[in-house]
Amino acid sequence: MTEVLIIGAGPAGLAAATAARRSGARVVVLDAAEDVGGQYWRHLPAQRPAAREQVLHHGWSRFTALRRELTGVEIVTGAQVWLAERHDDRPPTVHVLVGPADGRDREQRTFEPDALVLATGAYERTLPFPGWDLPGVFTAGAAQALAKAERVAVGRRVLVAGAGPFLLPVASSLIRTGARVVRVLEAGGWGRLGRAWTARPTELLGASHKAGELAGYVRDLARHRIPYRVATGVIAVHGRDRVEEVTVARLDAQWAPVPGTSQRVAVDAVCVSHGFLPRAELAVAAGCVTGPEGAVAVDGDCRTSVPGVFAAGEITGIGGADLALAEGTLAGTAAAGAAPTQAQRRAVLTHQRFAARLSDGHGIRPGWTGWVADDTLICRCEEVTAGELRDIATATGSRGLRSLKLSTRAGLGVCQGRVCGRSVEELLDRTTGGLLDPGRTAARPLAGLVRLGELARMQGDTE
Amino acid sequence: MRVIVVGAGIVGAAVARELAGAGVAVTVLDRAASAGGTSAAGEGNLLVSDKGPGDELVLAQRSLTLWEAMKDEVKGFPSIEYEAKGGLVVATTEAGAAGLRSFASRQRGAGVIAEEVDPHELEPELTRDYTAAVHYPQDAQVQPAIATEALLAEARRRGAVVRQGVEVLSSLLSGDRLAGVRTTAGDLHADHVVVAAGPWSGEVAARLGVALPVRPRRGTILVTTRMPQRIRHKVYDADYVGAVGSSDAALQTSSVVESTASGTVLIGSSRERRGFDGRIEARVLSALAAKAMVLFPFLADVAVMRAYGGFRPYVPDHLPVIGADPRLPGLWHATGHEGAGIVLSAATAELLADLLLGRETKVAASPFSVERPTLASHLLSSV
Repeated sequence: MTEVLIIGAGPAGLAAATAARRSGARVVVLDAAEDVGGQYWRHLPAQRPAAREQVLHHGWSRFTALRRELTGVEIVTGAQVWLAERHDDRPPTVHVLVGPADGRDREQRTFEPDALVLATGAYERTLPFPGWDLPGVFTAGAAQALAKAERVAVGRRVLVAGAGPFLLPVASSLIRTGARVVRVLEAGGWGRLGRAWTARPTELLGASHKAGELAGYVRDLARHRIPYRVATGVIAVHGRDRVEEVTVARLDAQWAPVPGTSQRVAVDAVCVSHGFLPRAELAVAAGCVTGPEGAVAVDGDCRTSVPGVFAAGEITGIGGADLALAEGTLAGTAAAGAAPTQAQRRAVLTHQRFAARLSDGHGIRPGWTGWVADDTLICRCEEVTAGELRDIATATGSRGLRSLKLSTRAGLGVCQGRVCGRSVEELLDRTTGGLLDPGRTAARPLAGLVRLGELARMQGDTE
Repeated sequence: MRVIVVGAGIVGAAVARELAGAGVAVTVLDRAASAGGTSAAGEGNLLVSDKGPGDELVLAQRSLTLWEAMKDEVKGFPSIEYEAKGGLVVATTEAGAAGLRSFASRQRGAGVIAEEVDPHELEPELTRDYTAAVHYPQDAQVQPAIATEALLAEARRRGAVVRQGVEVLSSLLSGDRLAGVRTTAGDLHADHVVVAAGPWSGEVAARLGVALPVRPRRGTILVTTRMPQRIRHKVYDADYVGAVGSSDAALQTSSVVESTASGTVLIGSSRERRGFDGRIEARVLSALAAKAMVLFPFLADVAVMRAYGGFRPYVPDHLPVIGADPRLPGLWHATGHEGAGIVLSAATAELLADLLLGRETKVAASPFSVERPTLASHLLSSV
């Protein structure tokens, strides 16, 4: 029987697991969280369930259906994959520690699967701005997680800003957990949004419930008289010990702040998200080829460049839960050695067109560096400012990210560039006239923290 | 006089700085970015403690003197984090203790300060299960990537040109003399070409028409999360010296543990010859962790956040190759420093410049010549 290992139990991973199981494979699913569902279907823990969990979730019935289908699948939660050991001609050896991250006796497991499906999702991307390190500034994802998993709102007067349709469900969740949302700001302008969402409407058939979903969120905003502004963003946050005010400004088509349009708004919390980045370090470690935006390159059946390794969901390009489900089904089927159906392949294509529109309408534009001041922190772990990045790049003259990371320390802290990496690259790319080794901040051979004692204990197993 | 230096790592940077200071028109080429290869993948060791009496030790001793003078040379630049922290070599077996004592005694005869000590006065958290410990106060450390950039910046200040992203493709000949290099950015003419491409030097030399036995020897380092400083010296186990001098291709690990200026702890070091294979492997990480915990048991609960690997330029007889290549007039080498390139770059640059400019050398040049007998059999392979 083919052994399929799936990393990630969000929409893509769960769809892959059920598809692989249906195709007759032995299936193991790993996820670092305490329960399946991923970020998308993050929910209250089983010990204190909600009566109507579906209120904060779209496609909840899809989730419960998938969960029911997992019979016969081995689910390992609390599983931290820390190393994928590349073999090039076959799937990597996957090293896992199972148990609470702060526990001292995590169980060590090692997998040598026949096929591997990477469904590791995405990191949220928040662009830096003056004051973004003040208490009271949240990523939209963190605010959403608090709402979904704890039923807690991050503040009383909250402003939501950034880019992409994800801002809308976040605003809805905030409303439902009792916050007053004072404004929702989208950096993309009507021109780009309009072109992205209204061109070639027939392409959106099949993804049309998406439009309904978005319309529902917009109705929510209208009912609560919450202004939704486009071509506008938060360019600074002010406060002594925590957020007291934000400066908002109009943004031009490249997201550069338009002079003379800034305005202060009193709030006690800000939720900001500018998009998502593929969480691809395991794919990179496994040897998979990635594209310019860091997405894992796959063929029409979700095969990566490494034999036996498949990728599904956000790591193949940011496209939302529907695309993740469709890709997961395809990847799980193919990983089990079965042939995907034409309908399964068509479903992926439909949702990919939808994903392309997301990127066209809401993708980050280079003008954001216009709201960054010299003293704005870029790397928060190592406290490196934009001015320091520029000055050191100028002094050394290096066009190498590796060298510049070491001389500036940006991205070398405990988050290993997961928060700041891409922003550091974009700022340095401009200062140096073009980095010769771009994309390096996506490479993290160790995918998680491991204690030395845990590493040492492997000795008996490996030699 | 025009000189092309191939390689913008620490050796190329030091050579460029030295030659430019003597009025030579220097162009540094690197097919990638500056300080992006071996020089960015090590601990930044400036060690005498791991070197027995001999030519490499002489070069290292001269280098330490030069580093002391260079450490504050470049103004308005990030610190190169020069720290004369001293090394502590620890044996944990009786055989290891005997070997360490005899090694230290021979080193003292060659002018190295090596004092047997109670290690807990220097490192309170060191294991209680040690059999001997020798303190080497001359050992020092720099941040190697920043040090490389600082040397390059000083070279530029002295008139050198640094061109990144320019790859050498082949030689330009004038009669039987090397007259420049053909590159991805066109033909570049020069009176001399210096190969300082670290583990890639063999490949560059081959493109220029000569065989040079420089091969990659893989190393891996673990980096912990930041913590309050609990390790004060460069601490390593006595096996390290044996591993450095070994020619075995199989994996060898020995512990090198030290704190950095930023509060992380670096744990090395592995040595393995297997080509340019950059994979990070659990068995190597595990072996490194186990050895480090022998020296510092408290490390068991410390989290590792990063692992990275690099390639040392390995030469079969464990000595760098420095000087002119008589097989192709105009061609020079400054390479093959294995794990000691950061420290040796200083005296290597001085020696190469003295030879190239016809000056008297401060150290004997012949031990590092490509013509030395111990390399002869390795030069026969055809290109």
